[in-house]
Amino acid sequence: MWLDRIVVVFLAAAAGMAILVTIGIVLSLVFETLQFFDKIPIREFLFGLKWSPQTAIRADQVGSGGSFGILPLINGTLLISAIAMIVATPLGLISAVYLSEYSSRRARAWIKPGLEILAGIPTVVYGFFAALTLAPFIRMTGDQMGLEVASESALAAGIVMGIMIVPLISSLSDDVINSVPQSLRDASLGLGATQSETIRRVILPAALPGISGSLLLAASRAIGETMIVLMAAGMAAKLTLNPLDAVTTITVQIVALLTGDQEFDSAKTLSAFALGLFLFVITLCINVVALHIVRKYQEQYD
Amino acid sequence: MIELTKKAGFGLASRHRAEQRFRWAGRSAIAISLMFLTLMVGSIALTASGTLRQAQIAIQIDLGPQNVDPADPASASYGRLVKSGLRDMFPDVTSRRDKKALYNLVSFEGSFEAARIVAENPDLLGGVQTLWLTASDDLDLYLRGKIDITLPEKQRLISDKEVAWIDGLQASGQLRRVGNWNFLTNGDSREPEIAGILSALVGSLYSLAVCFGLSFPIGIGAAIYLEEFAPANRLSDLIEVNINNLAAVPSIVFGLLGLSIFLGYMGMPRSSPLVGGMVLALMTLPTMIIAARAALRSVPPSFKEGALALGASPVQAVFHHVFPVAMPGMLTGAIIGMAQALGETAPLLMIGMVAFIVDIPDSILEPATALPVQIFLWADSPERAFTEKTAAAIIVLLIFLISMNLIAILLRRKLETRF
Repeated sequence: MWLDRIVVVFLAAAAGMAILVTIGIVLSLVFETLQFFDKIPIREFLFGLKWSPQTAIRADQVGSGGSFGILPLINGTLLISAIAMIVATPLGLISAVYLSEYSSRRARAWIKPGLEILAGIPTVVYGFFAALTLAPFIRMTGDQMGLEVASESALAAGIVMGIMIVPLISSLSDDVINSVPQSLRDASLGLGATQSETIRRVILPAALPGISGSLLLAASRAIGETMIVLMAAGMAAKLTLNPLDAVTTITVQIVALLTGDQEFDSAKTLSAFALGLFLFVITLCINVVALHIVRKYQEQYD
Repeated sequence: MIELTKKAGFGLASRHRAEQRFRWAGRSAIAISLMFLTLMVGSIALTASGTLRQAQIAIQIDLGPQNVDPADPASASYGRLVKSGLRDMFPDVTSRRDKKALYNLVSFEGSFEAARIVAENPDLLGGVQTLWLTASDDLDLYLRGKIDITLPEKQRLISDKEVAWIDGLQASGQLRRVGNWNFLTNGDSREPEIAGILSALVGSLYSLAVCFGLSFPIGIGAAIYLEEFAPANRLSDLIEVNINNLAAVPSIVFGLLGLSIFLGYMGMPRSSPLVGGMVLALMTLPTMIIAARAALRSVPPSFKEGALALGASPVQAVFHHVFPVAMPGMLTGAIIGMAQALGETAPLLMIGMVAFIVDIPDSILEPATALPVQIFLWADSPERAFTEKTAAAIIVLLIFLISMNLIAILLRRKLETRF
């Protein structure tokens, strides 16, 4: 029996790895971030309106401080994520409704894997497409309409990111819509409602909490996405709501700060970890809320 | 009564029209998504097709004993021979600048290529021979009509003189375009015409091997524990919530973890596939665990109960009776997790796998890069010809991903047992 006990201990240790990884993430981020806040006050980081982390080589040079205000980065991140959600929400939701309520079994067997291919394509491929095909196209179209479009516009990155998260929204919402009890559908159809009226007035309201959970998960995915924005959005930290302008995001700045030459305890390098911690906390909060909503909703109908 | 039916029927036609509109909205939403997919993959494949063939120039080179020592052909200066061969073809080119432009028609790698051809065919030695050498990327682009010569001379990659030379060469049959496998067998290079993906591909394979070696056993162990042995308490709940949350952590955060703990704290070699694989393993762990648990759950409880009733210990019951049945499902999950790891770029950028790697890495401790990172690096290069290389590398990556997913699907179909 002692052998059995050892095996179980090993299995438990493997399961404990998951907790260890989380602790590792939190510790590594918190430790470096605290060092960062020794150099830059936390208020300046959270409420500063200017982001330009370039520090001078010698301490006595002019402008050696650099500014570390995160607000322009949050602005850029939210702008691109909002564009992505505007593209992805209708496409994903309507696809999910069509797949679960209208399409024949055979059509579904072909369309669903087709949409899942979109989810399986590496983000670097989307980034390449956004930077080399979509962005020049948007710029050209904008020029013809007399609009000023930056060559690395938030719009191109946002649209492509939106397409990337369509399958996430559609497959999660599909599950939610399928778990709405058949009796609700039958009751509505029995009262003479058409199928689309049933969907709009009965099924969608009943599935709303679950759907909002899936939208939240998609938003958190968009906020944490790196490669598309790295390749298709710019480096300019600006406070703007214009989708044709170039913006930068938290993830882009993390990569920019940590690739290339770096000394390990400069404020510039450490700021990347503070950004990482911020990103981790935000996405974690969204995920916890979303998973909670989804789970609570499932219990309601079980 | 009649009044009432009239009321109920009122607007029925418009309600049915709304129904039709709704259906069309559904169809078009799906069509838009799938059209985008086709457009993206199609345009990339079209761009990539340019790399299938590569232009070559025929150059007369004097391999007589005064230039190449028959006893030691490798010692000759092939760069000089290639240049003099080019000068002989265009005797009227005299100024320094023009000569330099002339030499640039042949790839930077041309002299090494000539040395290789001579080493492989020693019987060429002793006279004037025609060698086919790789042409420059600009020449290749021009041959394919990718350079618009109606533009002013300053705005394009090649000058009027070069156009005249190339047209002359083509008229005399001294240019050809041949099938090109260099892309799959070469390492990275600054010159697009000879850059290949082998070094990145090997780096990716090493990282994936490390990733699989770590995350598969740990993932399966964790799944077995959570499904079969975990007591129903707070701690098990915590682990469960934890795994679900880890699955949604942005991948770049795993890169930060690797940078600060594996590189900073533990001092592991920077840019190595070992660290890359470890980071990818942590990232794919939740996927592995979730897939393995689903596979374990699909095994009917009667298997375990039967074994237990016959006197097996819980560990024996699980490992002898539940585990083998769940194995195909676990493997399917593992392959899908590996496909996810193969396409991942951001965490690898964090741990320095963005290096310029020409040589094929020999071990998991040497600096290496990975296929998606190579795509990212090439996509950033200013040379026009690199765009095509990038597209070709994407197609190779997609072929790998599709075959991995196909294997997963086939494996599931073949080994799936229904209860």
